[in-house]
Amino acid sequence: MGLGLAMFSNFDFSVILNSWRYLFFDGMAFTLTLTALAAIGGVVLGTLIAMMRLSGLPVLPQVAKAYVNFMRSLPLVLVIFWFYFLVPYIGQWIIGSERPIQVGAFSSSLITFTLFEAAYFSEIMRAGIQSIPKGQSAAASALGLTYWQSMGSIILPQAFRNMLPVLLTQTIVLFQDTSLVYVLSITDFLGAASKIAQRDGRLVEMYVFAAIVYFAICFIASLLVRRLQRRVAIIR
Amino acid sequence: MTSSAMPPVSPVSEPQAATDAAPGTGPVGTLLTERPPVTATTGPMIAIDDVSKWYGDFQVLTNCTTSVTKGEVVVVCGPSGSGKSTLIKCVNALEPFQKGQITVDGTRVADKKTNLPKLRSRVGMVFQHFELFPHLSITDNLSLAQRKVLGRPKAEAEAKGLALLERVGLKAHAHKFPGQLSGGQQQRVAIARALAMNPIVMLFDEPTSALDPEMVGEVLDVMVELAREGMTMMVVTHEMGFARKVANRVIFMDKGEIVEDAQKEEFFGSPRSERAQTFLSRILSH
Ligand SMILES: Nc1ncnc2c1ncn2[C@@H]1O[C@H](COP(=O)(O)OP(=O)(O)OP(=O)(O)O)[C@@H](O)[C@H]1O
Ligand SMILES: [Mg+2]
Repeated sequence: MGLGLAMFSNFDFSVILNSWRYLFFDGMAFTLTLTALAAIGGVVLGTLIAMMRLSGLPVLPQVAKAYVNFMRSLPLVLVIFWFYFLVPYIGQWIIGSERPIQVGAFSSSLITFTLFEAAYFSEIMRAGIQSIPKGQSAAASALGLTYWQSMGSIILPQAFRNMLPVLLTQTIVLFQDTSLVYVLSITDFLGAASKIAQRDGRLVEMYVFAAIVYFAICFIASLLVRRLQRRVAIIR
Repeated sequence: MTSSAMPPVSPVSEPQAATDAAPGTGPVGTLLTERPPVTATTGPMIAIDDVSKWYGDFQVLTNCTTSVTKGEVVVVCGPSGSGKSTLIKCVNALEPFQKGQITVDGTRVADKKTNLPKLRSRVGMVFQHFELFPHLSITDNLSLAQRKVLGRPKAEAEAKGLALLERVGLKAHAHKFPGQLSGGQQQRVAIARALAMNPIVMLFDEPTSALDPEMVGEVLDVMVELAREGMTMMVVTHEMGFARKVANRVIFMDKGEIVEDAQKEEFFGSPRSERAQTFLSRILSH
């Protein structure tokens, strides 16, 4: 008989029952917190980058474009890794302190994901802003609204609403990507699962379970996004 | 019908000044509840002086000079692409221009020191495609700029918006969103939105040309009333019936130039330029 079958016959799912609190309350809580904070930070920063890109001012658009292209041409794992190990030294160099600046694994990964995802969110927001007819900002200006008032009350709310489904879909990708923090030995959901797996020698059970959980969450979230899509559309 | 065979224009009375109503106490049916606060006592409301504008190498406006005095209604017409929209957008600095000067109520619009948002808030503008804000209710469309730009309290801004909505016959639609209204209704809301800022002058860029024919009248009626109440207006339109009824002067543009700038009677009676004659005969023949 094959090795596979032998393995399945030895399946012991009690390992999950024994560890689910740890998996969800430590691991998943971390994953969801990181996803939510990085998504919010990424959308805010991404929107600012998109506004820079579309500002028509000197230099700013090029800076924004270079940033986006740079981030998008790096593998995320590398960014996480380098950021974690390099930033303490960069910080030390900048403020000229004697020892490397201590950045916790959580802060480090949050900053990394925010900066990285901002590149992707900025492209989405740029498309969103460009999808608003020129006449809208003309009408806002004609009423006396300033650039920031017009952006804040007229353009961005419409752009955000138009792009909400795409932003959420990108957030689902972000949710999956957060599992890469395992390179920093952080206890996110996958990290927690792998720690239990190593400790109890139940690799297959734990990784199968982790895959099912990721799949279920992403699948349901995608369905919800699709339903939302129909409801948020602005009638013109 | 050719221009030479046109019936003589019957003299239309000058637009009457609005009744001197105190703020907020205007009789029902007036659009101007407050006299626009004009600062310049002499000189025209809008002065366009030798304005030229280029898009790259392409010259859109060539040495345009004209003016609009207080209470005057000036209709701007001309073939497509002649620069009418561009000229009117230069007046509130939505478009920059490279040469010449424009002043509104004595303020130079191209001056770097000019507070543009403040100036623009005093110049109402109505667009061809309405440009209501689709994500905001009609009430919010009417009150947003009053609150953000003029700093009016919410209740006051909404009351003012509602009063104007009533004047344009749409009070029952206050809670709706722009997408739920017809084109004619949206354009009337857009006029009310501009009036809510107490403008000293109103600019219209083809306000009826995106409308179904049966809705043109309801929008023109509002504009005619506004003119009769003494609003200073610069109106890009091909509605010659409107021009005959309320315009004081007609400006005819072609290829970026002001070809003809004449009193209405003169313009409709015997346009001097051949280009204006051809344009008139073409536009009046259907
Ligand atoms: N952003 C732009 N870049 C280049 N050319 C432009 C731009 N906007 C307008 N033009 C050109 O300037 C000319 C004048 O345009 P404008 O919109 O002022 O004409 P118009 O008289 O309002 O025409 P219409 O009756 O079609 O509205 C046109 O030839 C147009 O193609
Ligand atoms: Mg035009």
